[in-house]
Amino acid sequence: MEEINALFHGFSVALTPFNLLLMFVGVTLGVLIGVLPGLGGANGIAILLPLTFTMEPTSAVIMLSCIYWGALFGGAITSILFNIPGEPWSVATTFDGYPMAQQGKAGEALTTAFTSSFIGAFFAVVMITFLAPLVAKFALQFGPPEFFAVFFLTFCSFIGMGKEPPFKIVAAMMLGFALAAVGIDTVTGQLRLIFGWHELMRGFDFLIAVIGLFGIGEILLSMEEGLSFSGRTAKIDPRIVIATWKKLPKFWLTSLRSCVIGCWMGITPGGATPASFMSYGIAKRMSPDGAKFGTGMPEGVVAPETAAHAAGTAALLPMISLGIPGSPTAAVLLGGLLIWGLQPGPLLFVEQKDFVWGLIASMYLGNIAGLIIVLTCVPLFAAILRVPFSIIAPVIIVICAVGAYTVHNAMLDIWLMLLFGVAGYAFKKLAYPLAPLVLALVLGDQAESAFRQAMLMSQGDVSIFFSNGLVGSIMALGLLMLLWPLLSKLKASLLRQR
Amino acid sequence: MGIQRAFSRGLLPLVAAFGLVAASGPVAAWEPTKPVEFIIPAGTGGGADQMARLIQGIVAKHNLMKQALIPVNKSGGAGAEGFLEVKAAKGDPHKIIITLSNLFTTPMATGVPFNWKDLTPVAMLSLDQFVLWVNAEDPYKTAKEYLDAVKKGGPNTFKMGGTGSKQEDQIVTAAIEKAAGVKFTYIPFKGGGAVATQLVGKHVNSSVNNPIEAVAQWRAGKLRALCVFDSVRLPYKNKVTETQAWGDIPTCREAGVPTDYVMLRGIFMPAGVSDDVVKFYIDLFTKVRATPEWKKFMEDGAFNQTFMTGKDYADWVAKAETLHYGLMKDAGFLAKK
Repeated sequence: MEEINALFHGFSVALTPFNLLLMFVGVTLGVLIGVLPGLGGANGIAILLPLTFTMEPTSAVIMLSCIYWGALFGGAITSILFNIPGEPWSVATTFDGYPMAQQGKAGEALTTAFTSSFIGAFFAVVMITFLAPLVAKFALQFGPPEFFAVFFLTFCSFIGMGKEPPFKIVAAMMLGFALAAVGIDTVTGQLRLIFGWHELMRGFDFLIAVIGLFGIGEILLSMEEGLSFSGRTAKIDPRIVIATWKKLPKFWLTSLRSCVIGCWMGITPGGATPASFMSYGIAKRMSPDGAKFGTGMPEGVVAPETAAHAAGTAALLPMISLGIPGSPTAAVLLGGLLIWGLQPGPLLFVEQKDFVWGLIASMYLGNIAGLIIVLTCVPLFAAILRVPFSIIAPVIIVICAVGAYTVHNAMLDIWLMLLFGVAGYAFKKLAYPLAPLVLALVLGDQAESAFRQAMLMSQGDVSIFFSNGLVGSIMALGLLMLLWPLLSKLKASLLRQR
Repeated sequence: MGIQRAFSRGLLPLVAAFGLVAASGPVAAWEPTKPVEFIIPAGTGGGADQMARLIQGIVAKHNLMKQALIPVNKSGGAGAEGFLEVKAAKGDPHKIIITLSNLFTTPMATGVPFNWKDLTPVAMLSLDQFVLWVNAEDPYKTAKEYLDAVKKGGPNTFKMGGTGSKQEDQIVTAAIEKAAGVKFTYIPFKGGGAVATQLVGKHVNSSVNNPIEAVAQWRAGKLRALCVFDSVRLPYKNKVTETQAWGDIPTCREAGVPTDYVMLRGIFMPAGVSDDVVKFYIDLFTKVRATPEWKKFMEDGAFNQTFMTGKDYADWVAKAETLHYGLMKDAGFLAKK
């Protein structure tokens, strides 16, 4: 029970009035960062990092990690209210969260999202507390073939899960891959697909696409429908939190599964975004209500939020114990550790006990602080939907434009955002799914790098993807997911013949 | 009036230095009148980013500048985005950029039109080192033993992990190949931390990580340092691992691999700015270098602390450009015209 002692020591480090104040400040800032699309947790922490150089390292990391928790919570808010994901990992939350808000259940959706986030994070922190050394070793097993297998599994768990025909999903996904390929090719170091236009060399950023496709596209649709905004009937009742909590326990299985997926993806490190997509895809496949996903099912909010938060939290473990960041935000935090004079890596647990256990204790406390803050604000957030659409729509467009500009400080990105908005509108009209495009745009680059690194390692031999038990079983699982629609059809026709 | 005041102060040793400035106008030197944009031509979390954000922190903490210093990442096109922006901002005194080797390698490898001559050199802050690392569980104790094994194994059998493609890590790899007559399979990863982890997990056989990228794994006994690619050993004598200090690592030349390479960490700004402006920034970075935070960062990352300004710096950069051109040409990394 060495860990318990260490943890309590950690609480004594974290629980000073000054640190508690920092926690609340951090979470509040984080929520704001999460709400503003484009700013993002990584940028937000990078901007605020220098403020912390004068603090004790423990206080500094408590504040920064609380910003991180806040951003994880905050990302869900705009996804649910306006169909605009504030963070990449909130995209999957829009699928059911936004329909819920449209049906006047914004408060319920927000409460579900926040509570699930908390559960996911809590699960991950408990895992970090007790299994840190063991889990850290597991991450070392991941080389390029294993990474590719994880991405492959994410893509496959997505195909065939939509209401749309699988070919439409694949078509949208391929478009996403094509967009992801623009810019520098990390394997050859050459620029590609920029057609001599240097403005394009930074590639298509995922956030710009998402802000356009979801946010602007949605506004165009609403305008066509005569400036009505169906979320306006949202009831504002503080008791909604309790009422929602009563309904949540029945999703325990989805919750648990999402926690496991999230932790696994956070450590490996696939990150929060693939975790949320994969968890949503699998929940849809496994749930008895799977067919109704996408129409405003609370379970469809539970799955991605739990997994995203579990992954976001678990991503800090490889950072602390190995010095590899599991997410872009963790990468910035890693830079912070170095500047404070701390050396992340296997010795951090031995040499900097106060710091590590203070950080872990602050994960518990920060998440509780975060939950309290966001839950008390649920009625406030939901009330935003009461503002008439003709007022809120221009505000959203301005926020979207600012967000798109912030990503790279480039004017071109605002035009791209508008272009993506029109594309998003066309996609909806033609009943093409947006999510696979976004997924491919986010993960396309990394999946491609991992594939080509693996090919370099094996000198072009594809069997490297089945060269050991770990990569082989992930690939097999992926193939099974990919062929599931065919297999289930086959099974149905066999049954009928009998 | 300016001359009178300068002389009446009687600051004899300084008079000569300030005389020209004082004579040419008001005594007050140039100072930024709005926040200074500090461009990082690389992503968040990397070596250049860490250094830039440390500088921002030091400037803020010690109040070295009245205006804020704001780091902005412009990493598109292997950093070309950042360099093109500074090139386009001719005469703008509120923009500086921190460079790494991509100042040379990006235009050479991609053909994007910029060159260091499009910018004003301000100061060299330090030089970053490269070390040849292997997994500590492997039997190779010296660079020679390892490279003999690579030679014996045949071309493309051993895998070298590195950051990016046709950038510094791959150039160092090409230099080793040339010097030792071997051939690696070079596998590019996104960042130095990922490379170190891949080496610990034995997915690659060796790496040429910067010290700061691999130090954690070295201290934990997971990696072994074979040689450092500088002409002299590192000056740091404090023990980093249980038995070794940075200074105990032999140079690659000593170890029988006749090659060296260091990476510039320096500051540039747009062309067409006045000497007063450049002088302000040189003073600023001189003050930054004197702080304890900077000194600690230098030692932790085992940097070569050479500091240069003015003509020395420009000459060094010109020489480095020729060197890179030669290395990239030999390795076949130049963009096709």
